[in-house]
Amino acid sequence: MSATGRIEEHPILGPLPERSVVTFRFNGVPMQAYQGETIAAALLAAGIRTLRLHEEKGTPRGIYCNIGHCFECRVTVNGRTGIRACLTLVEEGMEITAGEILPTPLKKGGHPA
Amino acid sequence: MTDVLIVGAGPAGLSAAATCARHGLSVRVVDEFMKPGGRLLGQLHEEPDGTWWNGIEEARRLYEQAVGLGASVACGVSVYDAARGEEGWVVSTTEGILEAPVLLLATGAAETALPLPGWTIPGVMSIGAAQVMTNVHRVRVGERGVIIGVNILAVAIARELQLAGIHVDRMVLPPRNPVTQEAASPYHVMQSLLRVAHLAPSAFIRYGSRLVKSDPLLRLAVRCYPAGGVKMWRMPIHLRTAAVEILGTSKVEGVRLARVSPDGEPLPGTEHDIPADFVCIAGGLHPLAELAAVAGCPFAYLPELGGHVPLHNERMETPLAGLYVAGNITGIESAKVAMAQGAVAGLAIAEHLGRLRDRTALADAIAHVKRVRRSATIQFHPEIGRGRADVERMFQEQGISGK
Repeated sequence: MSATGRIEEHPILGPLPERSVVTFRFNGVPMQAYQGETIAAALLAAGIRTLRLHEEKGTPRGIYCNIGHCFECRVTVNGRTGIRACLTLVEEGMEITAGEILPTPLKKGGHPA
Repeated sequence: MTDVLIVGAGPAGLSAAATCARHGLSVRVVDEFMKPGGRLLGQLHEEPDGTWWNGIEEARRLYEQAVGLGASVACGVSVYDAARGEEGWVVSTTEGILEAPVLLLATGAAETALPLPGWTIPGVMSIGAAQVMTNVHRVRVGERGVIIGVNILAVAIARELQLAGIHVDRMVLPPRNPVTQEAASPYHVMQSLLRVAHLAPSAFIRYGSRLVKSDPLLRLAVRCYPAGGVKMWRMPIHLRTAAVEILGTSKVEGVRLARVSPDGEPLPGTEHDIPADFVCIAGGLHPLAELAAVAGCPFAYLPELGGHVPLHNERMETPLAGLYVAGNITGIESAKVAMAQGAVAGLAIAEHLGRLRDRTALADAIAHVKRVRRSATIQFHPEIGRGRADVERMFQEQGISGK
């Protein structure tokens, strides 16, 4: 059983409305989301928590604030870097890639170029 | 031409937009979130009279009202600068430069971080992030969560997670460090929780909401606080246990806890690990006021209002001509207070631009803010009234420049 997924029924807010499905790719892997979902929500529903690796240390990072304040969830969308996954809606055919560790060749023990 | 540019489509911004539009002003609202409503969107709680406060419905009502009166509301637009130009305010946004003689900042609040080892592991998020993911996006944040930080916002959102069928295992204190300070002190946390204990349909009330008035009894209660926590809505709240580290590498796998002294000092040899697949950090809220700072507005530091706030008066004017503020940017309070402040700002702006015929409306709206504040079920800070009086006095001492 996936630890994540969608909250289909809610005792106060009611059932999730019918929405059309959009297809996108994350790190080259084809995935599906509902129309109107953010990149962060769609990926979390698919069980994906890691949205980027820290540019210097390479440690995994995911959403933190989910409303655009912290910039922890930045991904590359259709070639544009630094896009906040929590504020950006998934669109049909979107190519999304996780942020990767950057070379630090001048640093002792750093990541090679 | 835009008469009034409003940053933030939350309860304050949308109320102000409707009020301005009703007075014949051309209003433009921008917000970087993809839906209007701001912090209202996540809110879902039962009022003391048994009715439900559904923030999504409230947001829809405010949005439809503002748009119905002719205001334009653009979502997905971020604002990163505001400067005074020759004619008025020049505002830099991701959709280009916007100009207006009057600028209202209704940017709301941001969550305060409580850093601890492991807090960058995927699966760790702020409590507000979990709220938005659950109630707005309707995506499960996990199967078994631990909340680090004990405060009224955390308790309210924990209840919302439960409603959506998300299991919250327990709520514990953050570790004591230079950032967490009082949030890691069992005594201070107990004191602030007991002030809202009247809202809890649980043993918490019986445990000691009356003790809050007696300091020695309160200290005794902290010393004797049950090791298993006290349950509120079936979720144990621990005041003598702190999280010392979040465990996991590529995702959250658990939390390392330790028993703490009544002062929040970890007790040696009490460390133990519990499983979790998500962790929420609940550090409380502070005014999101950077735009007022880059605009050049003077600030005051008032802990009662949640931290640094732009100087303003009860008409929601700042010392800078044509710059107004409303909602949580002026101090942390409920959405209902924010809405009432938005109406005041709208009327004050209408008067400033020569569109207010009925002068009594502004005085009535200011009185209404105070009434809403007094009748609020949740006071984020018990001394909110003193904070409001202080900022008013400081504003009067400073005066309005350029008028």
